[in-house]
Amino acid sequence: MSVKRLVLLCLLWASAGALASPDIQHWTLDNGVRVYFVESHELPMLQISVVFDAGSARDPAGRNGLARMTAAMLKEGAGNRDADGIARSFEDRGVQFSVSSKRDMTLLNLRSLSQAELLKPAVGVLRDILLAPTFPASSLERERQRALVALRQEAESPAAVAEKTFFRVLYGSHPYAHHPAGDEQGLKALTREDLVRHHREYYVGANAVLAMVGDLSPRRAKRLARRLAGRLPRGRPAAALPEVLRPDSAVEQRMEFPSTQTHLRLGQPGMHRKDPDYFPLYIGNHILGGGGLVSRLSEEIREKRGLSYSVYSYFAPMRVEGPFTMGLQTRNAERDKALTLVRTTLQEFIDNGPTEEELLAVQKNLTGGFPLRIDSNQNIVGYLAVIGFYDLPLSYLEDFIPAVQAVTAAQIRDAFRRRIDPDKLVTVVVGGER
Amino acid sequence: MIKNVLPIIGLLSVALAGACTKGPVVQETTLDNGLKVIVGKDHRAPVVVSQIWYKVGAIDEPSGLTGISHVLEHMMFKGTRRLEPGEFSRIIAENGGRENAFTGRDYTAYFQQLEKSRLPISFELEADRMRNLQLNEQEFRKELQVVMEERRLRTEDQPQALAYEKFMATAYRVHPYKDPIIGWMDDLQGLTVKALQDWYQRWYAPNNATLVVVGDVEPKEVFALAEKYFGPLEPSSLNPAVLPAEPQQKALRGSRVSAPAELPYLIMGYHVPVLSGGGDDDWEAYALSVLAGVLDGGNSARFASDLVRGQQVAAQTDVSYGATGRAPTLFMIDGTPAKGHGIDELEQAIQAQLKRLQKERISEAELKRVKAQVVAADVFGRDSVFSQAMRIGKLETVGLDHRMIDSYVRRVNKVTAAQVQAVARKYLVESNLTRTVLDPQPINQQEQRKPVEGGFDER
Repeated sequence: MSVKRLVLLCLLWASAGALASPDIQHWTLDNGVRVYFVESHELPMLQISVVFDAGSARDPAGRNGLARMTAAMLKEGAGNRDADGIARSFEDRGVQFSVSSKRDMTLLNLRSLSQAELLKPAVGVLRDILLAPTFPASSLERERQRALVALRQEAESPAAVAEKTFFRVLYGSHPYAHHPAGDEQGLKALTREDLVRHHREYYVGANAVLAMVGDLSPRRAKRLARRLAGRLPRGRPAAALPEVLRPDSAVEQRMEFPSTQTHLRLGQPGMHRKDPDYFPLYIGNHILGGGGLVSRLSEEIREKRGLSYSVYSYFAPMRVEGPFTMGLQTRNAERDKALTLVRTTLQEFIDNGPTEEELLAVQKNLTGGFPLRIDSNQNIVGYLAVIGFYDLPLSYLEDFIPAVQAVTAAQIRDAFRRRIDPDKLVTVVVGGER
Repeated sequence: MIKNVLPIIGLLSVALAGACTKGPVVQETTLDNGLKVIVGKDHRAPVVVSQIWYKVGAIDEPSGLTGISHVLEHMMFKGTRRLEPGEFSRIIAENGGRENAFTGRDYTAYFQQLEKSRLPISFELEADRMRNLQLNEQEFRKELQVVMEERRLRTEDQPQALAYEKFMATAYRVHPYKDPIIGWMDDLQGLTVKALQDWYQRWYAPNNATLVVVGDVEPKEVFALAEKYFGPLEPSSLNPAVLPAEPQQKALRGSRVSAPAELPYLIMGYHVPVLSGGGDDDWEAYALSVLAGVLDGGNSARFASDLVRGQQVAAQTDVSYGATGRAPTLFMIDGTPAKGHGIDELEQAIQAQLKRLQKERISEAELKRVKAQVVAADVFGRDSVFSQAMRIGKLETVGLDHRMIDSYVRRVNKVTAAQVQAVARKYLVESNLTRTVLDPQPINQQEQRKPVEGGFDER
């Protein structure tokens, strides 16, 4: 290829990238798989996420950890390949493959160069993983032991202990209460049949989203989607999750831990992904404790008093109400002071809401920083997965800036007053003696 | 099999695509005051990342002042002659920016990510705090507490991190890499504003920094902006201390950490070289990178396949080797035994793997796999403007040429199985080994709260 032609090609590629919001193409396969695709040719790569409503919220009673174990076992055998065969098929071609399973979602992520000779075999293996995992019994024993070891390692961490305890107290008998990693009892009880059943029920077309970003023509994308996911049985969407109950009174749980710091978690059930209060709560939280070093909690606890390295609050929007969490860690001697400060900062925010200056500053931050959210294929595929999984409008990204700009201080104050009751907080305190 | 021809095809077409995404898109200049400015074009999104890298890190810290580079990094957000404490962050936030900073063994760096038209704001603020920092006793006292909380969070209450800290202090006896980046708690307690002021004066100057910008920008315009904001700053006369070289290790070293924990944990490390400047003698560093890939480059690599799945002696293993640095580094292996196995069995299994590397050459299939992964990862890395800037800044700050990014894939592709065997034989030997073991103490047992350390040398 001559230099001139190369330059021309580069110019063409560059101009394709100047879109403000990515142009999302969406279609549904015959078996119900919802496909979201963004064409992007600047880099010769493709990013694929397959998402199922198959997270730990779907673990049956007594089988905590099933969803994550099923996901982890996908790479242990599929079609006629064993674990080594699967790993080599991907890695011989430089393909990166990973699986993760949280409370709502189980995600399979694949990243490949876009040349057909590399991509095509990788897609074939991924299809086998989706359709025909073998869940070998011997692998299950090994992975069970490894999961148990990982559980023990988490028990070394006061932060992990605080996090798990917080969810357990906050959610009680709701399926969000247990950690996706499961517990000893659940992991020990799991059988191969449990995995097969979980896979059969949830890894189906009507319960799946396929998100793709990268160097494919729309025609190739359509073919690839069909080849990858077109043969999944249709099945049914996962059932609605139970309603999240709000606490009737404050609950405080204290746990001794041989650490130099105390980890605090305070919160309540927060909001779901399609919540009508989404933007007022999201923006309000940014002012309260979501804006990194620039927030009220950070100002009171870190900047003014040097009490903590990391202090924050956030809403985790989920299928049903995910938690609103305020958290920090401080030397044991300062635990009560920090606890009081978190509570009074929240109370003050609920009583008076944000100032106009604070609101304006956050609106500038969120709108001015919007291009950063969609500046890579990796980021965009993440948004596609969320849009698909939670059934958000295709215009979600375009709507973001106007929605942020429309929020008023009064709406924030009103939403926080209705949704967060400072007298009914769940408080978890994990740490050492003073 | 098909897989044996694929990587070659892969290379060709990536090289073509790469011509559009790399090549001359990175340009550099040096201002009269010594500030090096490197600009990478990436027009995919209307964003820009700006990073300023100072050539000062834990490696430069004398005994008694460990952690000072990192504390100074924290203080850089605490006001200048023009700005109030915290105002820097508020301005960046109001402009939709993300910002932070990081301190390493070899460098201290600050960054902002912004919509592209706001780059001048970043330059104005960074230029200001390069020369006009206002250190104040009261702010310092508070921030020192924050850093101590950071140390408690990341090290004191993390048994594996405590083991790592002890490991480094065992593997290095003289060289400053023996000390933790965040500093020893006793040194933090003794730190003064005066010491910080001196450290700032000594290292924060345009002739000790590299400015890296990657994004939807034109290099010429960025150079002009850099001249406008950074050009007027006075250079310093730098007097870097001569760093003590680590004497060659002659015999196995070891140490032990007892801390409240659930699991035993093993760290092993061998002294190895880093890239020295792109010449032919650099082949060892490339061969070590390939070796790390053979052992731990994914789920098909030897450790996952043989130790986790085959023998089931490990619950988890990691291999790490960073080929860039201002001083020789360690080739590190760490792991947790699987249930029913002890540290000794894990270590023996790892040692058997290393022996195998020394005895027989790796297969062509393995070599090709590692190379295919490097080729692909190079493209994947270009998906992030931030990681592009990181690669440039890191290379320049350790004294290498950023253009090595372009030759990296080519050089890895030249590594042979014989070279991998040669570095395994030369470096992965007992007399060059340091091993540290975490000995877990019951978490519920109150009297075991304090970590206990022990060690031996030249056994």
